[in-house]
Formats: sequence, structure tokens, C-alpha cells
Amino acid sequence: MSTRTPSKLEKILAAGHLAVTSECGPPRGSDPEAITRKAEMIKDYVDAINITDNQTSVTRLCSLASCIHLKKMGVEPTLQMVTRDRNRIALQSDILGAASFDIYNILCLSGDHQIFGDSPQGQNVFDIDSIQLIQTVRLMRDEGKFLGGDEIKRPPQMFVGAAANPFADPFEIRVPRLAKKIAAGVEFIQTQCIYNLEKFELWVKQARDRGLHEKVYILAGVTPFKSAGMAKYMKNRVPGMDVPDEVVKRMSGVPKEKQAQEGIDICVETIQRLKEVEGVKGFHIMAIEWEEKVPEIVERGGLYPRPKGIDN
Amino acid sequence: MRINYPGTIRIVRLPCTGKVDIIHILRAFEKGADGVYVVGCLEGECRFENGNLQARKRVDQAKKILDTIGIGGERVWMYNLSSSDGPRFAEYAVEMTEKIKELGPNPLKKAKEKMAA
Amino acid sequence: MIVAEKKPIEEIIDYVKDFQKLLIAGCNECVTVCEAGGKKEVGILASALRMYFMNEGKKVEIDEVTLERQCDHEYLEEIRDRIDQYDAVLSLACGVGVQFMAEKYFSTPVFPGVNTCFMGAAEERGVWSERCQGCGQCILGKTAGICPISRCAKRLLNGPCGGSTKGKCEINKDLDCAWQLIIDRLKELDRFDEYEQIMPIKDWSTERAGGPRKVVREDVRL
Repeated sequence: MSTRTPSKLEKILAAGHLAVTSECGPPRGSDPEAITRKAEMIKDYVDAINITDNQTSVTRLCSLASCIHLKKMGVEPTLQMVTRDRNRIALQSDILGAASFDIYNILCLSGDHQIFGDSPQGQNVFDIDSIQLIQTVRLMRDEGKFLGGDEIKRPPQMFVGAAANPFADPFEIRVPRLAKKIAAGVEFIQTQCIYNLEKFELWVKQARDRGLHEKVYILAGVTPFKSAGMAKYMKNRVPGMDVPDEVVKRMSGVPKEKQAQEGIDICVETIQRLKEVEGVKGFHIMAIEWEEKVPEIVERGGLYPRPKGIDN
Repeated sequence: MRINYPGTIRIVRLPCTGKVDIIHILRAFEKGADGVYVVGCLEGECRFENGNLQARKRVDQAKKILDTIGIGGERVWMYNLSSSDGPRFAEYAVEMTEKIKELGPNPLKKAKEKMAA
Repeated sequence: MIVAEKKPIEEIIDYVKDFQKLLIAGCNECVTVCEAGGKKEVGILASALRMYFMNEGKKVEIDEVTLERQCDHEYLEEIRDRIDQYDAVLSLACGVGVQFMAEKYFSTPVFPGVNTCFMGAAEERGVWSERCQGCGQCILGKTAGICPISRCAKRLLNGPCGGSTKGKCEINKDLDCAWQLIIDRLKELDRFDEYEQIMPIKDWSTERAGGPRKVVREDVRL
């Protein structure tokens, strides 16, 4: 596939490599080192790093500023942007702000409801939704126009991504919903953490049946469990998460001090199996506050070294 | 069967305690009653299915209101008994009278006297 | 209907404690149906307040009235001849009625006796739930008769989000996922293919965002 932006991530995918992305959550404070330290640990093992946007509605250092810190250290950032906190003026304004720092990847999300975070009494915005944000970025990039119709001088050049959750209900609309995002103009997808491989493979198969795998790059999302407790928590408490009983059992079946290693093993096995699935074009490794394990996962997953000589 | 119960109680007959409303309880206090209790059929044995359960909810709401306005929610109670259980009826009457005696008169009486003075 | 809930008596007492003569005004419409501000609730509140003030040794006179509607001149006018007798009015109507009362009787303090919650339906006795946010441009024709603006926690026009679980919303297991309802009904109506049509970015100018709204109908004006 040809490329439409200077994004390194896009170039790697277009060249047919399995892409590897990861993500960092910004700190609940203003210390830039909290981001650069994490990025330093993983930068040689991934093609781009997502910066989350006040994930789970907990107020943090902003995604845009964090992306700029990455950019300054020569790491390719992916700006996550949720429509929960900003109206169309602020969203477009931040997109231009990111573009002014030559940030080339964006992930369009609606965002968790604020009830989960540190400001449950706050207002939410949701002027537009994630699908409409995809349309917005594409309009700005491809037609050089604001939503209001006016021309943009030096439009953003962003490779446009979105999330997909193959495990949320109802399952029957999960592929139609992917099709809807593709119709809106999405170019890459990062999925929810995959633990139920059968269900994920069924979802990809259904996407393949409609030829969707050729219209969008699907990066399979993986998150290593640190402990059996985390597996249980993700299974029972996190909405839209599908952790099969046998995975929880496997984690609980090893002694506490070996559970972290078991979590990494499960993650690596998941990558090895999904690498063979037609339609999977890469991996998005979300090692939550466990970034130091990303190199091991990438290496053991057979995804190292990363392609060299591909730049913006 | 002749059973005695305190003569200070004034009985208001209703076809079912489901007819009791919060306002009836409040009005009684406004007019000077020291306590109000509602005697319904045993729970689960209401001829109209849930009249006595509705009554209990209203008694509870009246309690809350009376607590809030300083009259005291413990002046209102809900009792249940079988309709043929005369001795129990008298027992409750005695129990309620004792409770109210302990609490003393409706505070509104004193307030009224003060205001009149 | 407009659904409201009774305010706590403590809060109401705080509003009216310094007045000597009060009118408690109920409304025969929505707030009567949702049992928050009709004749019955007026009676209970009046009785409770009378006892409270008496117990406090304060002489406060409290009258009761329940108007057919408080959002219409016609019915609000019914108390014009006696409004000046009162130091304040406690209106148990929705926020509309309270304001209309305040506008009409400019020199009389008016206080709300209920919290106005939403436009909704009576699901069953004692249970009311939201159905409409009055966005001014109804999209129910495109969403199988179920409104994602009022019933999706993120008001997503292209839902559901990834938090929809077993038909329930991620924010509350007792809350139906509006998009699950939409999808179920689209299927029932044999219109499931419409799910893939992207709902365009909404013009919110007819909603609250566009400022206070007004409908003017020249055809029915006098």
C-alpha cells in the first residue's frame, strides 16, 4: 500500500512489516522525565508510542505535551485524543497544535466516561464521537478544511487510527462497527487487549470475509498480566474486557513470585499465535506501568529488531 | 371477650391500612396527638395484597418528616396483627401508650402555650 | 412528562425560615403525576412546615394552593388577587413553573420545592427514566425510535462504545446500553443494514449549546 503521510508507522506498515507500538500513560504531575524515562526504555523496540489522553478519566499531564517530549527525543508519538473533554473547536485546535510539532499519528477515541475518574462530578462534552473525529482529521488532512468549511493553511499530516474492541457487546456489530470506522476514514486500528484468542480470530475472520483487512491495518492489542489478581480484576471489573477462565486459572496456578513471568509468557504466546493470523499487521503492547518488560516481550515475540532506516 | 386497653387512645377505623396517608399522620400531630400508630393485618395477609406494606412505607416516611421537623419520628409506629387477635391489640395499645408516656407530650402543645402566653 | 423529586425539607426550611406568611403552590401537571409537587405533596409539606415553625415558636401562616399549570399565564393569574398577602411563595412546580411564577410576581420571592430532573417516562409505579433532552432536531427516525442523546451516557451518535456489556452501560449495570436497544430494534424492524450508515456530526445549535431557545409560531399567535 502507498503512504499518505510522513508517519513512520504508516511507512513500516506499508512496507509490509509487522508493526509494533506501545503506549505510555503520562504522569499525574508535570515531570517530563516520567514520560521520557518510560520512552527511553522501549524506544528501540517499538515503531511508535501512544500517549494516552487522561485515560480512565483521571486527570494527567496532557497527551499533546507528552507527545512533544517524545518528538524531541526522536521517538515517534501517536497522539491519543478523546472527544470527552473537548468540543470541535478545541479538538481541531489541538490537532493543529500537534501538527505544528510534526506529530504524524493520531488515535481517535470517545474516551471513558468521567464517572470512572477523579472528576465524576465534571461535565462531559461529546460534541462529536470517535467516528466523527476520524472524519474530522481526514477532512482536515485530505481537504485542508476545518469542519466549519474554512481553509487550513498547512494542514495536518496525520496517519489516522482508532480503537476497536472485538469483545464488547453486542458481538454481531463488532465487524460492522469496524466497517463504519473504515468508511469514516480510519487507516489503522489498535484493538482492546486480547486474551480470548478464539473470539479475536473469529472477529478477524469476519473482517477478512468482508475484505476489511485490506482496507485498514489491524494492530492486535496485548497486555501482560503482572499477577493473578490483575487477571481477575480485568475479568470482573473492566468493562468490555474478555478474560477467559482458563487464563485466570493459568495465572492462579503458579506461585505468586512466578506469576509476573507467567503473564509475560502468555503475552508472548499470544503474539506468536496472532502473528500467523491473516489480517493482523502488527501489535500494540500496553504494558501498564510495566514498560520495562516491553523489550523482552518484543524480543521473545520475534519482533526484534525493528526495521531500520525508515524515517519521517 | 372483654379486654381492657388504655382509654387515651382514639381509634380511627379504616377498611385497610393501605388507606393511611402521610398527611393523615401529620394532621394528627398538628392537631395535638402525642403519638400515632397504625395497626394493620399481618404482613403477607393483606386482603388487598399490599395495603399494610404500603402503610409501613408511609409510616416510615412520616417518621422521617417528624424527625426533621423536631417532633420526633419515634412517635409513629406500625404494628401488625391478625384481625381476630384481640389480646394482641390490647397489648400493642399498652406498649404504644407506654412509649408515648416516656416521650412525653407532643412538643407542639408546649409551643402553642408559649405562643399564646 | 417533566420528572421532578421533592427537595429535602431541611433545604426548604432554610429558604423560607425568615418569612411570616407563605403560599405553597403545587402544580396539577407533570409534578402531580410523578408525585413530587401535586396537591398531596403540597398538603404534606404545608403540614410539616406548620409544625416545624410552631415547634420553633415562630408564628408562620402557611396557605396551600394547587394550580392547573404553573407554566401558563392563565392559571398563574388565579392567584394575582392574593399574591400580595404573602411574603414568599414556595412553588412545587418544575423549574419552568417556578420561573414563570417569579417572572409574573416580580416583587414576591419564589423558592423551588422540588429538584427538576429530566423529561422522562413512568417505567412503572415509582420508577421514572429519561427519554429526551430536547435537542431541537429529533433523530429518532434514524435510531429506531431510541434516543442515543438522552440514553447513551456519552450521547454517541455512532455507538455503542467499547464499554457495552451484556446489553448494559459501562457506567451502571442497571442502565440499558442505548445502542444495544437501537441495534435490537433495528433488527426487529428488519433495518439492521442501516446501522452502518454514519450519523453525521450534529448541529447542536438547536440544543442548549445554542443559547436559550424559543419557539415562535406565527400561525397560532393572536
